[in-house]
Amino acid sequence: MLMLCITGLPLIFHEEIDELLHSQVKPAEVPAGTPSANLDQVLANALKETPGEVPHFLVWDRDDPNAMFVSVGKSITSDPSKNRFVRMDAHTAAFLDAPDVTGRFTYIMLKLHTDMFAGLPGKLFLGLMGILFCVAIISGIVVYAPSMRKLNFGAYRSKRTRIVRWLDLHNMAGILLVMWTLVVGFTGVINTWADLVVKMWQFGQLAEMTAQYRDRAPPAHLASLHSAVDIATKAVPGMTPSFVAFPGTIFSSKSHYAVFLRGNTPVTSRLLKPALIDAETGQLTDTRDMPWYVSTLFISQPLHFGDYGGMPLKVLWALLDVLTIVVLVTGVYLWLRRRKSGVSVERAIARPAAVEASAAAS
Amino acid sequence: MIAMKRPHQTLRQIFAAPIVIGVLSTVGLLAALIGDNVWDAVSWVSLAIPCVLFVFFVYRRAPN
Repeated sequence: MLMLCITGLPLIFHEEIDELLHSQVKPAEVPAGTPSANLDQVLANALKETPGEVPHFLVWDRDDPNAMFVSVGKSITSDPSKNRFVRMDAHTAAFLDAPDVTGRFTYIMLKLHTDMFAGLPGKLFLGLMGILFCVAIISGIVVYAPSMRKLNFGAYRSKRTRIVRWLDLHNMAGILLVMWTLVVGFTGVINTWADLVVKMWQFGQLAEMTAQYRDRAPPAHLASLHSAVDIATKAVPGMTPSFVAFPGTIFSSKSHYAVFLRGNTPVTSRLLKPALIDAETGQLTDTRDMPWYVSTLFISQPLHFGDYGGMPLKVLWALLDVLTIVVLVTGVYLWLRRRKSGVSVERAIARPAAVEASAAAS
Repeated sequence: MIAMKRPHQTLRQIFAAPIVIGVLSTVGLLAALIGDNVWDAVSWVSLAIPCVLFVFFVYRRAPN
């Protein structure tokens, strides 16, 4: 858990850190209202820079409306987590850059934080740790009561020995942060199930939506990507495109462009809605809201990352994370000292004065 | 300080303040999801409370 808190700390500011450590090509400055580039042109220009690779996804940059990405892989069935991101100018369709992010500090922190470089088993292991963390928090609430019988809320006995002071710090920070740690802990657990949720959606709703295409051969010729996005955007009013999955990738069928649209408020911008476009004819075939288990995953992401309330929220996320580290460190210390004769935690709770005496004597 | 002489606190007394802070944290966690601007500010204030209280409790002159 300590490792998760420490690696999570820089991840809160991953954009700022990347910007500081790595230079990136800036998109062209354009006046407001400039129409976006033709997406077929964006795609063609991106593929010119990556010969021999195939596009998996076209992704709009959430944070920078002037840029977008084409995610490319070795083949259409290759593992998308190994994809390269080609950054493109959203207005001029010009190639910007395609940096290798795998050596970056933030990437290493992310891998340690999400799967410890061990793939799905690593994720599920960390998910299990997260469940145990939540259980530990709840048991902490239970033992908070007996240890606070004689103390006021927020008591900190600063003149006592370290075990008493750290017990007070542990209790105080623990109870102050209880909701935040539970929410961040549990949403983190949900995030470790993301791969499984995607699989469930693939075999559930996506399979249902594309049932009549199951035995059809992949399209020989792809319809225009630009008009596919256009049709999808018109079919779902009030939403903006977030990303497009190309035919044959994990987020689509062999025969469709899947255009994922998002809303425009903080919550709805996290809830994606797929619109499927037949990649041969360019016609809309279906659009549905995501099932509850995918929506739960989408909502749990911002609650874990703390990236939904501007920079002040990120700073608070970091402060709360540091306080969680305090709870963990004092907790480990109290656990290590639990057996030491004369200064046990039980006695520190029951009779702090006696602990002082025996600590002074030893 | 009469409160300090009280031998035992009831469960209600022990958990009254934590529950208030827990509810405020929940409001803070959800506010920034619901909307922008004012909602973000609600979120900042209510999530700052635990941090401010922690610093206050540690650095105030200890009564005992």
